[in-house]
Amino acid sequence: MIEILFYILSTLTIGSAVLTILSKNPIHSAIWLVVSFFSIAGHYILLNAQFLGMVHIMVYSGAIMILMLFTIMLMNLNVTNEIQKPFVTKIVATISFCLVGVLLLSIAMRANQSFELNYAQTGEDFQSVHVLGKILLDEYVVPFEMVAILLLLSMIGAVLISKKDKKVA
Amino acid sequence: MDNTILIEKSVIILVVFAITMLMAMYMTLAERKIAAWIQDRIGPNRAGKGGILQPLADGLKLFAKEEYAPDTPNKFLFVLGPTISMTIALITSAVLPWGDKLHLFGRDIILQSADINVGLLYIFAVLSVSVYGIMIGGWASNNKYSLMSAMRAASQMISYEIAMGLSIIALLLMTQTLSLREIALQQNGMNWNIFYQPLGFLIFWICSFAETNRNPFDLAECEQELIGGYHTEYSSMRMGFFLFAEYASMFVSSAILSILYLGAYNYPGMDWAVENWGVNIANVIGMLVLFIKICFFIFVYMWVRWTLPRFRYDQLMNLGWKKLIPLALFNILVTAVVILLLK
Amino acid sequence: MSLDTYSFSGRKKQVSNKKLTWLESIYLVAIAKGMWVTLKHMFRKKVTISYPEQTRPFSPVYRGLHMLMRDDEGRERCTACGLCALSCPAEAISMTAAERKPEEKHLYREEKYASIYEINMLRCIFCGLCEEACPKQAIYLTKSKVFAKSNSTRESFIFGKEELVMPLEMAIQNSKQNQA
Repeated sequence: MIEILFYILSTLTIGSAVLTILSKNPIHSAIWLVVSFFSIAGHYILLNAQFLGMVHIMVYSGAIMILMLFTIMLMNLNVTNEIQKPFVTKIVATISFCLVGVLLLSIAMRANQSFELNYAQTGEDFQSVHVLGKILLDEYVVPFEMVAILLLLSMIGAVLISKKDKKVA
Repeated sequence: MDNTILIEKSVIILVVFAITMLMAMYMTLAERKIAAWIQDRIGPNRAGKGGILQPLADGLKLFAKEEYAPDTPNKFLFVLGPTISMTIALITSAVLPWGDKLHLFGRDIILQSADINVGLLYIFAVLSVSVYGIMIGGWASNNKYSLMSAMRAASQMISYEIAMGLSIIALLLMTQTLSLREIALQQNGMNWNIFYQPLGFLIFWICSFAETNRNPFDLAECEQELIGGYHTEYSSMRMGFFLFAEYASMFVSSAILSILYLGAYNYPGMDWAVENWGVNIANVIGMLVLFIKICFFIFVYMWVRWTLPRFRYDQLMNLGWKKLIPLALFNILVTAVVILLLK
Repeated sequence: MSLDTYSFSGRKKQVSNKKLTWLESIYLVAIAKGMWVTLKHMFRKKVTISYPEQTRPFSPVYRGLHMLMRDDEGRERCTACGLCALSCPAEAISMTAAERKPEEKHLYREEKYASIYEINMLRCIFCGLCEEACPKQAIYLTKSKVFAKSNSTRESFIFGKEELVMPLEMAIQNSKQNQA
């Protein structure tokens, strides 16, 4: 049952990801990306990481992709006024894509084994928000706070950029 | 055993869907009636006794209308818009507890479609996605007014989601759980969250007006500037779906409000009723109580709609970002300090 | 006191663009006030009149459909003099006169009567000038107390004597009342 679900979800994920790249219309692209994000959230839930799945939907599909769609819709990009990129750029893009693909593949193949070790032993319910919160604010408190500061910085940066400079005008 | 739970859940899901649909149908009538009463009129009273069949007549009319589609390059997305709206409005109700439990056929039936650990987050995830229906529908209409409306809806919903989420965090500090069933159980008796979180309740309430695109935050569909907004180009039942989804989401958000803050299905003396009258009767009363609470919130939605004028767009954004978010943050701070002191 | 500050209605208010205080800027008080107003309206008496079942009472001088009157003996008063048609500003009235035969004495009061009397209700403006022009007091707009009903063809708006002449029952009732 779960295996069938996994295969369905995987096809959906990869299929929509491929369609994201192949779609001519940027809006279609963005919508396929949303579908892809949803199926990734499905994978999280299949892995019994409900919290992660929900947060993924909230953050990626609910906030980031909406802002992306927002921008694309306002810019009114069409198939007709798409800028033709030079041939060299295309080749470089293909090569770098292949390199990243190889990198990811090698990482995935190596990480294959270390996965099952810890989960079975602790006996704790890792999907629960309680455990997650305790670990985040106990063991990993420094990186957690770092991330918080990073987010705060980017927020302040965004406010600064969007603020009009009154002296110049 | 496995089969019975499947049947049980299917029945609950079906009933919840049916009730949501029925409520959405009759909310259209209620809206017109309340609008009429507030304006010293009688309201629709020709179809059936007191207008009771009016929603059926309206639905029939919508079905019979011509299904017109504008000249858009995205026919599929055009159809997808209302579909998403409707789906999202309906799936929110999956995690809501409609009652504690019934004891039927020798087994306890928990009156909830799915008691997941992260119920509250699920609701937020679904709410944050709900703007897609409007955005896609508005964009695919190939009409600048619809597009403007989609933009407005998106930015408004994203802005108010933040204040909503922050007001919920203060609640979470108290309940210490994301499961809606546990939150409902914690509010046993008169131990309702509204008494501990009045400010959070107010912020959540205001934000839910914005999230459901209701007046005074209905800038996404204002007739005067945007000629109906995202559903300008829609006709027939496709438009009906948009409107239906709005009412369904109103119902669901009223349910969320009453479950989170107004004690869900709890009423004073529920424990006594369980002891003396049995689980079933006590819980049936509980469901009715929840229903009354939901109806109250729905009534307030409509009451506000026919009272307040629409906000200007900058006022909307000011209220969201400069008033509600600081207030919600302040609320979190106060809650955290109080919890720390009481420990 | 200058005219600018004087209030004729006693309700004049100076426009103020003062900045809202913080409490005002979250609108809650104003909203509560407004909600109270609408809540009171919900329980007010409704002003709607459910039309076909209820009708608004006519004023005694309401000018409705014309009525060609009968006298106390039930005879038509009209003598087809044509003054009403002449006075009509909308030219809505037309008629054909005929001479009364001896055996019709109980039907018509005068020696000449209108064999055809038509009013085009699409043209009529219900001004009542025909009523004032009539020397025989044969036409009234205030007696019938009904409207010219809507219809779907233009021809049906030309009302003939069948629609206009006072019904006999009404004449009988009138004469009974007069005798009593």
